[in-house]
Amino acid sequence: MYLHTLPDGPLALPAKDDAHHAVWQLLESVTDPEIPVLSLREIGVLRAVRAGSDGLQVFITPTYNGCPAMEQMQDDVRQCLKAAGLQAEVITCLSPAWSSDWMTTEAQAKLLAYGIAPPHSRSSHSEHSRVQWMKPSSLLKVACPQCGSDNTTETSYFGSTACKAMYTCLACMEPFDYFKPY
Amino acid sequence: MNASSEFVLHLADNALILGQRNAEWCGHGPILEEDLALANNSLDLIGQARLLYQHVAQLRNNGSTEDSLAYFRDQQDFLNFTLLELPHTTALAPSARAERDYAVTITRNFLFSAYMLQVWEQLQHHADAQLAAIAAKSLKEVRYHFQHAVDWLVRFGDGTDESHAKAQAAVHFLMPYTQEFWSEWPVSQAIFGDVNTLRTAWHDLVHQVMAQAGLQLPTAVAYITQGHLGVHSEHMSYLLAEMQSLARQHPGATW
Repeated sequence: MYLHTLPDGPLALPAKDDAHHAVWQLLESVTDPEIPVLSLREIGVLRAVRAGSDGLQVFITPTYNGCPAMEQMQDDVRQCLKAAGLQAEVITCLSPAWSSDWMTTEAQAKLLAYGIAPPHSRSSHSEHSRVQWMKPSSLLKVACPQCGSDNTTETSYFGSTACKAMYTCLACMEPFDYFKPY
Repeated sequence: MNASSEFVLHLADNALILGQRNAEWCGHGPILEEDLALANNSLDLIGQARLLYQHVAQLRNNGSTEDSLAYFRDQQDFLNFTLLELPHTTALAPSARAERDYAVTITRNFLFSAYMLQVWEQLQHHADAQLAAIAAKSLKEVRYHFQHAVDWLVRFGDGTDESHAKAQAAVHFLMPYTQEFWSEWPVSQAIFGDVNTLRTAWHDLVHQVMAQAGLQLPTAVAYITQGHLGVHSEHMSYLLAEMQSLARQHPGATW
C-alpha cells in the first residue's frame, strides 16, 4: 500500500472540462454492494482518478478497516472500466481516514429514501467529550426513515454491517438501520 | 521514520488474537444483538490486523505476507499481550470450550479498548505514515468498542447481585494481566517514550468507569505476564490450533 495525497471531504462529480470526467461518469454506476442506492463517489469511497504511467489509477478508501465489501468494490471498479475498454489500476489508500461526513447531501437523501437513517455529522458532536461523541442515542434524535417520528430507540449498537446500528421507531413500530457516524 | 516491524507485529497480533477470541461468540451470543456486536467487533479487529500485517510484510520485505504472519508462525513468535488470548472464563478451564462468561468478555474488551484509545490516539501522529493512517481509522472503531464495553460493564456492575458478582470476579481475574501493558519493553519504549502519560490516562478512564459501575479494583500483584515476548499462557496453543489448522492443511489454498 503506497501513500498518496488524496482529497478530504465529500466529492461532487467533476465538471465536464475535467480530464477524467468521463471516467467519473462511468463510475457513477458502481454502487456500494451493501447499499445499492449509493455510488462509490457518493458514499465517499471513490477518492481520485489520475493518469498513471501505465493507464488510469483509481483511488478508493475503505469505510471500516474490516469492511468485507472492499474487494468487491475493487473488482466492480475494474470491471466497469474494462467494459468501457479502459485499463485501470485500483489503489486502496487509508489516509485521510474515511468519515461518514464525506457522504454527499444527495447521498444522505437517497439513504433516507432507501430506509436507512443517515449519519449525524461528526462536527455536531465536537462540543461533547469523545465518549459521548459516538453515543447518539442519548444525545441526538434519530428520526425514523419510515414515518419521520423522533420517538425512536436504539436496539443495538451494531447491526447487519459494520457501519450501521439498529433502531426501532416507537411511533410506527418499524425497525430500521442507522448509519453510524465514523 | 518507520516504526519497528516488531512493534507493528505486536499491534497486529493483539488485534488478531482478540478478534479470534471474540469471534467465538459468533452464533453463541447471549442475545442476538450481542452476537452481532461481538462479530462486528471481531471484524474490525481482524481488519486492523490485516492492515498491520501487510505493513509488517512491507517493512520486513522478506517475502512474508499477511497470511504467512497470521497462519504460519508458532506460538513463541506471537507478540500479543497474554490478556487477549485467555478464554472467556475466570475459571482455570482446560480450554476455551469451557462455559463462557460474558462478564469476562466485556471486562477484557473494556480494559483493552481503554488502552487502545490512548495508543491509537498517539500513533495517529506517528512519523510512520502508514502506521499513522491505520491508527487514525482504528481510533474511530475502538471508540465504538469502548462505548459498547462500558455500557455493559456499568449495567453488570450496577445490576443484579449475580451480574455484579460476575463482573467483580472478572475484574479481579483480568486486572493483573493489564500490568503487562506497562512492563519495560524497549520495543514499545522506542515508540511511546515514557509510558507514564499513557498509563495515567488509562488509569483515570478505568477508575472513572469502575466507580460508575460500583466495582472494586484489586491491588497489584507481583507476577507480570510476558505474552509480548512470546511467552504465552497454556491457552494460546489451543487458540492457534483452531485458527491455523485449515491454512496449514491446505497451504496456498484460495477460494
